[in-house]
Amino acid sequence: MQVSPITSRPLYGRLKPQVRARQHIALTEGAGLSAFEEAFGALPDILVHTTLIHIANPSDAALATRLEKLGVDSLHMRPTRETALVKLRAVLSGAGMGARLYVAGDEDFIGPVQALALEVGMMGEAIQAEHRGSLARRVQCVHCKGFNDDVMVSPFTCRHCGTHLLVRDHFSRRLGAFMGVVIDAEAPGDVPPVETLQPVPVLCAEGRP
Amino acid sequence: MSGGFPVMVAAAEQAANGVKKLRFVRTDGAALPPYSAGAHVVLTLEGPQRTFRNAYSLLGTTLEGGAYEVAVQRAAESRGGSAFVHEMLQEGAHLTISAPLNLFSLNHTGRHHVLVAGGIGITAIHAMAEELAMRGASYELHYAMRDEASGAFTQALLSRHGNKVRFYVSAKGERFAVSQALRHQPLGTHLYVCGPERMIDGVLADARAEGWPEGALHAERFAAPAGGEPFMVRLARSGITLKVGEHQSLLEAIEDAGVDAPCLCRGGACGQCETTVLEADGELQHHDHYLSQKERESGAKIMTCMSRLRGRELVLDL
Repeated sequence: MQVSPITSRPLYGRLKPQVRARQHIALTEGAGLSAFEEAFGALPDILVHTTLIHIANPSDAALATRLEKLGVDSLHMRPTRETALVKLRAVLSGAGMGARLYVAGDEDFIGPVQALALEVGMMGEAIQAEHRGSLARRVQCVHCKGFNDDVMVSPFTCRHCGTHLLVRDHFSRRLGAFMGVVIDAEAPGDVPPVETLQPVPVLCAEGRP
Repeated sequence: MSGGFPVMVAAAEQAANGVKKLRFVRTDGAALPPYSAGAHVVLTLEGPQRTFRNAYSLLGTTLEGGAYEVAVQRAAESRGGSAFVHEMLQEGAHLTISAPLNLFSLNHTGRHHVLVAGGIGITAIHAMAEELAMRGASYELHYAMRDEASGAFTQALLSRHGNKVRFYVSAKGERFAVSQALRHQPLGTHLYVCGPERMIDGVLADARAEGWPEGALHAERFAAPAGGEPFMVRLARSGITLKVGEHQSLLEAIEDAGVDAPCLCRGGACGQCETTVLEADGELQHHDHYLSQKERESGAKIMTCMSRLRGRELVLDL
């Protein structure tokens, strides 16, 4: 497993609650919930200042019971990524400089969450991300500007304009997406074999390898 | 540090008790270069006994017609520089001024800006508030002073910034409640503090306790280099041996010996004067804000503008 030479390629650590923060906002999806439980579960003093938004069907009573037992200050189950992001925007609009954001889930979920937090003025250092789940990437076609979620391979065909795209490690924090660039501009149709995207190393909570 | 501009004092006035405001224009009539709020310059002051090089924040804005203004507080324990400015620098005096340097600039991606000044620290903060007002940005200004007579620019600040300004006069028992002011600041707020060392440390500690991320905290310290016992320095490359006096900084002694040593801010912040220590017969006393704890412990580097040796002799790679 190699570290990408592209420095914008995000690297993910383990969630580690910042004890000095006044408010903790966590957003989890799928296996990301376990990351939250592992990091926060034994910290009741922090949980009472924590808002948890989890993507799941709100009518899942068993899950709701499990989440309520955590003892967070405020709990929100949202059925989809879109509805979770709407909730996150509302929570951040009332947050102050003492707030920290924690996100855990698929890679193509982490990107848009971070992009939203940066957009509303949160500092990059106030956002922690743990990658749990799919390696799928969110890719923007640099030609038609369309976003493609759940991209597992490179090259792949843009779902908006049909261009054959090389998935680069170049990542835009503002867009929360990787860059897809035409791969057969010189010889249309001459596309190299498809490869599965490789995972990146997991870091300690503190920094880069 | 060589270079700079020959300037003359175009105006000199008392801005408050113990605070003198000076306006400089270039001797050759050309405009001084523009600068951004938070920038400072180094004045080279040729005193009767020795040369002083002191850093001062620039006041106002770059739109002052190519002139620079500074406000100098007479230091209670002046090493001679501020006393010289107060007693000797009158209209028409000639001196050399460095190009402006900004180590305390506004973060213009900020959504809101909290400016905090203590005493003469108002000079940099004054310029920042002006720049924010001109840009139509969101800001607030907190200005703590000992008494009303020593608070410079209070009337100008009030008329320019209105209810965005709060004054705290310690002689009247007023205190700036930092935690309260910081607790409900929205995401995207930046904090800027300029004033006495102890005040800066206190405000930053309160901000950290409120959970503020480091990147939102900005401070500028203009501590004068601490004096200490004299010691000897050998500059290995130049083959010069010199003595650093009790009230002299290492950098000043090197400059007096005619060596053009690297430096910029003269306040231990910018890192320009980092110098390799070859030998030290004694204990390095680090007073800068640049070297990490690890670098300090290694004993391999010293910032000549602020730090010194307690001991006999220091050998530098200069």
